[in-house]
Amino acid sequence: MYTPDYNPRASVYYAYQIYPFQTPPELRGETKTYPVVVVGAGPIGLVTALELARYGTPVVVISNEVQVSHGSRAIVFTRRSMEILQQVGIAERMLEKAYPWRSGNSIYRGHRVFRLEAPYDADDRFQPLNNLQQQYVEQYLIEQAEQNPLIELRWGSQVIGVKSFADHAELQLDTPEDEYHLSCDWLIAADGAKSTIRQALGLRMEGASYSGRFVIADIKIDIPWPTERLAYFDPDWNRGNTILMHRQPEGIWRLDYQLPPNETPEQALAPESLNARIQAQLDMVGISATWELDWSSVYSARAMTLPDYVHERIIFTGDAAHMLPIFGVRGANTGFQDAQNLAWKLAMLLKGLGTTALLKTYSSERVTAAQEIIAEASKSTRFMAPPDRGFRLLRDAVLSLSLTQAFVRPLFHWRTSRPHDYHASPLNALKDDDSQFATGPGQGRPLQNIRLADNDYLFDHLGAAFHVLYFTDQKPAEALLSIITELENQGIPIQLLTIGQQQTFTDLTGHFAKRYDAQTGTVYLVRPDQHVCGRWKQLNAEVLKAAVYQALGREAS
Amino acid sequence: MNPLALAELEAVYDSLAAALNQIGLEQESLFLTKLVLLLANQVGNQAQVEQSIEAALLDLP
Repeated sequence: MYTPDYNPRASVYYAYQIYPFQTPPELRGETKTYPVVVVGAGPIGLVTALELARYGTPVVVISNEVQVSHGSRAIVFTRRSMEILQQVGIAERMLEKAYPWRSGNSIYRGHRVFRLEAPYDADDRFQPLNNLQQQYVEQYLIEQAEQNPLIELRWGSQVIGVKSFADHAELQLDTPEDEYHLSCDWLIAADGAKSTIRQALGLRMEGASYSGRFVIADIKIDIPWPTERLAYFDPDWNRGNTILMHRQPEGIWRLDYQLPPNETPEQALAPESLNARIQAQLDMVGISATWELDWSSVYSARAMTLPDYVHERIIFTGDAAHMLPIFGVRGANTGFQDAQNLAWKLAMLLKGLGTTALLKTYSSERVTAAQEIIAEASKSTRFMAPPDRGFRLLRDAVLSLSLTQAFVRPLFHWRTSRPHDYHASPLNALKDDDSQFATGPGQGRPLQNIRLADNDYLFDHLGAAFHVLYFTDQKPAEALLSIITELENQGIPIQLLTIGQQQTFTDLTGHFAKRYDAQTGTVYLVRPDQHVCGRWKQLNAEVLKAAVYQALGREAS
Repeated sequence: MNPLALAELEAVYDSLAAALNQIGLEQESLFLTKLVLLLANQVGNQAQVEQSIEAALLDLP
């Protein structure tokens, strides 16, 4: 009999709510096969469920917990994540509480040796980075899911067995009442870095595990500093290591530091060790305010991914699929892009509109993304936590030079998560005019947001559908309208958005057209996850139709 | 880039020896690494610097 922890977790700022286990229909003698079951009610599992529901796909979400994340965990959400979370309906709520920011500082021997501002574009609704504790994000996602009749949340249910077949998957669950069996057409493993499902299938991740271990500690303290990233290199109290500080809502600061090589996590988290180190860091930065510990944890830096995210009817997403180094906010921010990429493809497949080839591109696109992230993140890791003597010497040489030599300072560049560019995707239009465009989002890239008016942006108007952006000052061409009607009649969600005079979006100043390098007749075809399939200087309705089929993995039809 | 004249090379030889004597063994590697980065930046040519790294790896006792 599985008994989840019903005691609300301790926190100095967050009131944990219990989501009780409820008897599922299976324990009342009913059996059915569900189209999609998601294991894991963390940010990625919940966003996957909400995304699927946007396309009308019902989802059951299984969690072995009865409350949200212990501690703040993921605290930095990128602009791209905010754009994805806007689609699932929680961005506005997050912004009421989150701290937006864009500047990062590298500090060595009391000098700020490097400062970088993440670019902000006046056409963007969201700031480059937004700090909010994971508990709030999970809570908002849960409350959003609870209101959605297509989503069923099953708390306090532990996966104790999983079987994969060619045409379905089966779960064995243990609960506070009894064990039961659940059968589904597709099983999504969003059960985190220690994924039970990944381990049950015996799947191995590929990549590197770094030797460094890090403490994360959240403290409640009043520090009158703006929200910026602070990285302290080689401080006197922790020679050779790096300390990060991040501001969070509710008067919480995150401190993050590397452990001495031979120390165990238990030793590092012992109160006397933790207190002394936190105090040493605060003393060094000249903060004398009193503070209180909220939560602490130890993690290891890893850069690993499964080589394939789809195994028969089991699909891996988020940390269950890959473990990415933390320097650069790549955990949840990568996972949201997985969820968004997966949801429309699986939904189209379930509706009979997309093919299995379409679903395979979830794996190919997102594994490629993970590999690129790993290559990039490894550079940050080598600088933040040098893995050997050679890298340590070079890093120390750069630190030492940075006080007087400007040319080394860009080596402090702090690479953050960015949206992946699916430029080599088989879903991209085979023929388009991509190379003829001087500006605007290219093939495979996410759309560029456009500020249409006060508090009104292009992304506010996007839904769970393909979108055709068509620039014109006239009535849209008959050929275009009839193709869109034809695709709609097949059940393909597709929405025409016209830009120009007396169109969906009036573009009086020509700003939109300029940013998209568009003239009358220019078309962008956009996937449901907001990535560009193709763009053409002049519309050809038949080519557009072929591109939609291409994007559904139906290139032959 | 012109090679150093013998007198210049001898002067650099002396200066580097003096600096190594001055800093002591513990800081030697860090000092030399800094020096290489500074010189690499002045050479301004990745291939030349990498050739020099290869050359320096040869015939170590």
